[in-house]
Amino acid sequence: MDQIGYSKKVMEHFMNPRNVGTIEDPDGHGKVGNPVCGDLMEMFIKIKKEVITDIKFQTFGCGSAIATSSMVTELAKGMHVDEAMKLTRSDVASELDGLPPQKMHCSNLAADALHEAVKDYKSKKKTTGKGSKRPRKDSRQSKR
Amino acid sequence: MIWHSMLGQQCGFRDGDMERIYLDYGSSKPIDPRVLELVRRYLEHNYGNPSSLHSVGLEAKRALEEARAKIAELINGENERTIIFTGSATEANNLAIKGAALRNIGKGKEVAASTIEHISVLNSMKELQKNGFILNLIPVDSTGIVGLEKLDKALTKNTTVTSIMYANNEIGTIEPIREISKIVHDKGLYLHVDATAAAGYIPIDVQADGIDLLTLSSNDLYGPHGAGALYVKPGVKLQPVLLGGGQERGFRSGTENLFAIAGMGQAARIAKDEMSQEADRLKGVRDKLIKEILTIEGSYLTGHRTHRLPNHASFRFNHIEGESILLNMDMHNIQVSTGSACSSKTLEPSHVLLAIGLKHEEAHGSMVLTLGRSNKMEEIPTIVKAVEETVERLRKLSPLSK
Ligand code: FES
Repeated sequence: MDQIGYSKKVMEHFMNPRNVGTIEDPDGHGKVGNPVCGDLMEMFIKIKKEVITDIKFQTFGCGSAIATSSMVTELAKGMHVDEAMKLTRSDVASELDGLPPQKMHCSNLAADALHEAVKDYKSKKKTTGKGSKRPRKDSRQSKR
Repeated sequence: MIWHSMLGQQCGFRDGDMERIYLDYGSSKPIDPRVLELVRRYLEHNYGNPSSLHSVGLEAKRALEEARAKIAELINGENERTIIFTGSATEANNLAIKGAALRNIGKGKEVAASTIEHISVLNSMKELQKNGFILNLIPVDSTGIVGLEKLDKALTKNTTVTSIMYANNEIGTIEPIREISKIVHDKGLYLHVDATAAAGYIPIDVQADGIDLLTLSSNDLYGPHGAGALYVKPGVKLQPVLLGGGQERGFRSGTENLFAIAGMGQAARIAKDEMSQEADRLKGVRDKLIKEILTIEGSYLTGHRTHRLPNHASFRFNHIEGESILLNMDMHNIQVSTGSACSSKTLEPSHVLLAIGLKHEEAHGSMVLTLGRSNKMEEIPTIVKAVEETVERLRKLSPLSK
């Protein structure tokens, strides 16, 4: 077995992950831990007219966790937020030409992180109205 | 971008001209060419069954006994009859532990093992526990050394088998077997020692060390896979686990895997002749490697600094995960291993790393390097550069290293 049976696409995303990093003042932020192995994933999104215009991630985890987060960001970019909520782990896995069965749980993590970020955006929208700027964070930043 | 340039490569995304640097000798070793030559001869010409009485069988039997003698010599066994061949070290561990515990059930129903034993030892012990034995697990300190006082307290006159490894394969720590032997024999009955990782790297003398049962593996001595051996001190009472035609003095039935056994014998002879020189050489490479890798920020050695196998260097890195480390190093054509949760079938971190007191997230960043015959001082800069790049790249991806 070459590298625990990861597809070429998984290895390619692992080696060259897209959209790595953080977004300074995100419209939505999701952070999830993998209950199975204890790993961690964070996702940041920017929204314009209900469409995800920018997305960034950071992952502490296995090769599959890194590749699936990269793939999720690629899939989600340009997507309507409601569509993004419908992205599933099997969408992610099949885009990556499959994952070994013992690694499917990592793709949950990536989809969950995205969903959390969208939920965060939606709840902020409710409290701060449209435009989704966050005055709390702005005022904190201006202190520095 | 260096990674993009690699992606053009066909399989595995590797640069074609990157030399392989294999640093996973603890998982599997190539067969020694001198052993291979002999093994090939056996596969081609010596097809006899050692149990047959005709001349072809007799020839096979002679080969078997010769291999036995060579293995006994490696560990200073009393004679060649002390060696029982098995199919693997795992089988030898099963035979030693279950065979001795069940045969001596009249003397007591307690067994003991350290918390960092190989899974084949621990699972054999747990099976006994399910069948009514009391299992005492002996903790180790943060460097992996078995707590002697705790061992002393845990053992009773009912303890028939205590199993402590000579050296640990994941953290390289060498156990004080002679002191352990004294404690075991003061209280209980037999000491079983799994010497799979240690044999061929450090001298083993079963008589001077006070060992009753000792496990060896062929491949760990650069022999072929498919053979293992159990040393059984004269007078030690054991019952078989595999039943059948009564081969191996009745302790292990099944036609002997002659070519692998002959190869194991030859590998043991070579190990005996070349061990001290090779160990000194590897120790030099190992020490330099440890020194250089530890200059990386947030890196730590796991296991004992000095009571350590000469070919063993194991680390952990903050904020990154071992399977990613392994994959990334493989992209440099350097093969390593890890005890991280993500890399295991159970998705649990290595029991050894937890036993030395690491937290889950600390055990996550483990990387194990086990050196062998092909490794040279000249490889160190390449290895260290690859580790640095790997750690830096993965930390950039990690939310923990802000
Ligand atoms: S993140 Fe731990 S197994 Fe994938």
